[in-house]
Amino acid sequence: MVRTALDYKGKLKPTWCPGCGDFGVLTALFNAFARLDLDPNNIAIVSGIGCSSRLPGFASTYGVHSLHGRALPIGQGVKLANPEVEVVVVGGDGDAFAIGGGHFPHAARRNIDLTYIVMNNRIYGLTKGQVAPTSDVNFRTVSSPYGNFEEPINPVAFAISVGATFAARGFSGKVDQLTDLIVAAITHRGFAFLEVISPCVTFNKVHTYKYFQEKVTPLPAEYQPDDRTKAIEMAQVMQDVIYTGIFYRQEKLTYHDWISKIMEGVRPVTPKELVLSQK
Amino acid sequence: MDQVRKTVVLEGSRGVAEAVRLCRPNVIAAYPITPQTHIVENLSQMVADGLLKAENIRVESEHSAASAVLGASAAGARAYTATTSQGFLLMLEVLYNMAGLRLPVVLTAVNRGISAPLTIHNDIQDSLAARDTGFVQLYAEDNQEALDMHIQAFKIAEDHRVLLPVLIGMDGFILTHSFEPVSLPTQEEVDEFLPPYKPVFYLTPKAPLTMGTKTDPEFYTEARYMLHKAQQNARQVIVEVAQEFKEKFGRFSGDLIDTYLTEDAEIIFVSMGSLVSNLRAIAQELRQEGKKVGVLKIRAFRPFPFEEIVRAISGAKIVIVMEKDISLGATGVLAQEIRAAFYGKANVPRLSGFVVGLGGRDVTRETVLKGLRLAQESDHLCTFLDLNPELLEEV
Repeated sequence: MVRTALDYKGKLKPTWCPGCGDFGVLTALFNAFARLDLDPNNIAIVSGIGCSSRLPGFASTYGVHSLHGRALPIGQGVKLANPEVEVVVVGGDGDAFAIGGGHFPHAARRNIDLTYIVMNNRIYGLTKGQVAPTSDVNFRTVSSPYGNFEEPINPVAFAISVGATFAARGFSGKVDQLTDLIVAAITHRGFAFLEVISPCVTFNKVHTYKYFQEKVTPLPAEYQPDDRTKAIEMAQVMQDVIYTGIFYRQEKLTYHDWISKIMEGVRPVTPKELVLSQK
Repeated sequence: MDQVRKTVVLEGSRGVAEAVRLCRPNVIAAYPITPQTHIVENLSQMVADGLLKAENIRVESEHSAASAVLGASAAGARAYTATTSQGFLLMLEVLYNMAGLRLPVVLTAVNRGISAPLTIHNDIQDSLAARDTGFVQLYAEDNQEALDMHIQAFKIAEDHRVLLPVLIGMDGFILTHSFEPVSLPTQEEVDEFLPPYKPVFYLTPKAPLTMGTKTDPEFYTEARYMLHKAQQNARQVIVEVAQEFKEKFGRFSGDLIDTYLTEDAEIIFVSMGSLVSNLRAIAQELRQEGKKVGVLKIRAFRPFPFEEIVRAISGAKIVIVMEKDISLGATGVLAQEIRAAFYGKANVPRLSGFVVGLGGRDVTRETVLKGLRLAQESDHLCTFLDLNPELLEEV
């Protein structure tokens, strides 16, 4: 049986604004699932809070729409309880880098085998347009009326610097490429991070589709994603060009590989050894 | 500006922001969450426009917002924050700490239901989770009271007999997003009513001290006792502040409690927050039909007004508690505490507790009348009204 993207479509109709970038992510995600022919009953999509975190409700797979910022720990919990399940954690830039920022480095350096997709719109959409941790300096919002003065976080550079073994960037306006990237992220063994530039058409009037379409460029064909320093450098290019593609990929023992390795060396205790000394 | 007292039609959130501005806080820290956002957006605009000289920081979570105002208050500043629901729950760890350190922060707890399932709509399950934190808790019935309560809150919090943080419960959307005419006091009046905060202990190089150090069993109980004592002192202070406010601004919406047509009432509804307004209207209607019905508003939930409640409603035959919360595994929180207030008293009225309006479900006239009918038939320990049986079928 060959599955199609429709097999992953849920019964709920997305509540996103017409034109929201997150539609592109949903489509690419379903395409990727279909291409990998994953059983919907063996996928868990875990999210936090935010517009993009509504995504699990729109899929026919298992899902948890959880607490703001806590998607990664909950996703890791699912993976620990059942390592056979394909865990995809999704959410926005606020969920990942503001309220949940503390969890990201630890999931990454643990190299637990899951995929984390962050839809970056550089603004808080669900609460109607406040400044986000990925907003540019001087960006004006209702909570930064005279312009933001805090440096934006660069998600891909951040992920690589804290130890993610896969870091990529896509654009929700380029669904075919995004599908390839999601497939690569899911098939990567270990913590795979994917930033998706996903414009908020309602509240972000600066970082629009047009803004990104003029800048988004695939990484050069000769680029090799095996150098952390180079990867961070390329991820930080943001002026005239914003690169998309796989910035960094490394094969490394995953969390579960380590646990298996440790367990191999552990000698089981015999019942006799458990008996307390009688002297 | 602010030289003439004026009546204006404002959104509830804007009214709160205006009240906070008039109180001249030094530090504001917040994280956006629906339906609190308009309050902090308005304050953010006021700071940016130079109408309010305060440090306003947009932090990365509610835990950080609470922590930032804790730090500011410890340094001797007048500090303010606002949140709701999940954000409130995320603050909870810090709220205990804030009260324990005796820091008079004022917090607007916009009231919203809690997850799971996720809801953005109103009930008061969120702030009631802070029942035992040491926070003084006041609940506003309408937008004017919410505005006035903020001005009173700083005065109560900073009173040296109290020195506790104060939270103001304000129904999300029902109050925060509705427009009502409100009277805005002048800056001069508020300055006279609320002098600058004079901390007893604060972090200053002039007299170095450490707050919140680890204690051993020989100190901890006394520290908690003093916290309890401060809550007891707050009873008197809330009453005094409400009186002083009445003299200064000509408005009184109750102190620890407020009563409406209770004196000769045979049936008394009890509630908190905006639901009280609905109950007043229904009581008025029932009075016209010749039924002796009254309403008791719990304005201060902490300190809990045990004696005042008993005095106000012990003449009634039936007391009906209508509340938008549930202490799962027990009963509605208010009903539970009101029953406790009556233990060992004479003339105990019959009492029924109803859970209504969770997650934004409308509490209609029919809802309340159904509760009245049921309570007249028999006593209800804890009954949910308006349940949809179709949604309750076992799967």
